[in-house]
Amino acid sequence: MTEFKPRIVGFLCNWCSYAGADLAGVSRIQYPSTLRIVRVMCSGRVDPIFIIEAFRSGADGVLVAGCHPGDCHYLAGNYKAERRVAMLKKLLEQFGVEPERLKLDWVSASEGDRFARIIKDMTEEISKIGPSALKTRG
Amino acid sequence: MEKLKFAFYWAASCGGCEIAVLDINEKILDVVALADIVFWPVAMDIKYKDVEAMPDKSIDVCFFNGSIRTEEQEHMAKLLRKKSKVLVAFGSCAHLGGIPGLANIANKKEVFDRAYLQSPSTQNPSAVTPQTSVQMKEGTLTLPEFYDTVKTLDNVVEVDYYLPGCPPPAKQVAQAVEAIAKNELPPRGSVLAPQRSVCDECPRKKEKKKISTIHRVYEITPEPEKCLLEQGILCMGPATRGGCEAQCISADMPCTGCGGPCPNEVEQGAAMISALSSILGLDEEKEKSYDAEKLVAQIKDPLGTFYRYSLPASRLRRRVMKE
Repeated sequence: MTEFKPRIVGFLCNWCSYAGADLAGVSRIQYPSTLRIVRVMCSGRVDPIFIIEAFRSGADGVLVAGCHPGDCHYLAGNYKAERRVAMLKKLLEQFGVEPERLKLDWVSASEGDRFARIIKDMTEEISKIGPSALKTRG
Repeated sequence: MEKLKFAFYWAASCGGCEIAVLDINEKILDVVALADIVFWPVAMDIKYKDVEAMPDKSIDVCFFNGSIRTEEQEHMAKLLRKKSKVLVAFGSCAHLGGIPGLANIANKKEVFDRAYLQSPSTQNPSAVTPQTSVQMKEGTLTLPEFYDTVKTLDNVVEVDYYLPGCPPPAKQVAQAVEAIAKNELPPRGSVLAPQRSVCDECPRKKEKKKISTIHRVYEITPEPEKCLLEQGILCMGPATRGGCEAQCISADMPCTGCGGPCPNEVEQGAAMISALSSILGLDEEKEKSYDAEKLVAQIKDPLGTFYRYSLPASRLRRRVMKE
């Protein structure tokens, strides 16, 4: 019997969260191999259509991670990302997709262990919810 | 010169597109001078079997409005595709799914339950609902299958051109007919409408785009000269293709997006979510009290607002139904 291993797509901003993920790797901090990373220059670059496309392509969960509020390399891109994800969560709920599948979090370049913990928690949560219904559909 | 052959058909449609054809007023005389209408169920008594008897590709242009949600509509889409040289998806429903497309938040069972059993004015004690086939003593009666999901026209057949709008504005229809007459149509697959958004055609003054409070249309009286979006009224203008000369906005009503997405937008709803998120709460970002959830909670119905006409054409296409 194979246990369900979720596929999570992570949009990580180049300056903070991607660096944080990199630090987790370099520090050899163990975390589940469920994450597929897409590096973007800023979390504000993440268009809602990327997230929708990720779900349609088979993602069970999507993470958007950016710099902490006030620390965005491009000043305020992360605020836009926060609003986009919030609006998309409401939309996904109306589409019958569990809003817990979409997560937004802030990870700074020095927070390697925090990044690992976020992925651990998210993997656990999505494992409990189960596979996304979107991927089995035509 | 031999007259062209035109056909009009309505699938899951409200009939407004049929009226829109007449909205071109005196130009209808140009249409009938140019073409014979060989099939138009709303106006002429030509039967399906007459269409089946026509040679393939004998209809020069078929204007097909309405989305596809029954077996009959799918059958006619395929039949008319076979019999037509050029198939035009006429109106938002054929183009993107339209208002009937909003039924994709439900399925056949939910729609039937509501329409035939639960609606307040319905008296149906024996719970009778339409069946696809019923045995009577005289034989079997059949009805077309009612699908769970509403589809766009190009989901079932190849479409040559799209005329967006709910209904397509008279000017765009007239221009399309003229292009057909002069044989000056753009490449196949094109949308027969301008490339630019409604904002380009809107007469209102646009200054700084930033909103804190979103108002429903009835909640405030908008200033006549100022951009509606800047006043907090959700206007789909930025994410909607023009061609309509911003008629709704000139009447103090925000654009609801019937023109469909602009070129380069993958999906109209997602594009508007992105655009709106950029400008909602710009001033609040600097404050300690900034609360993204609270700002976004002002939008009560993202699906109905951003995907009003384009749900079947969207990437998610329909609601996931629980088993």
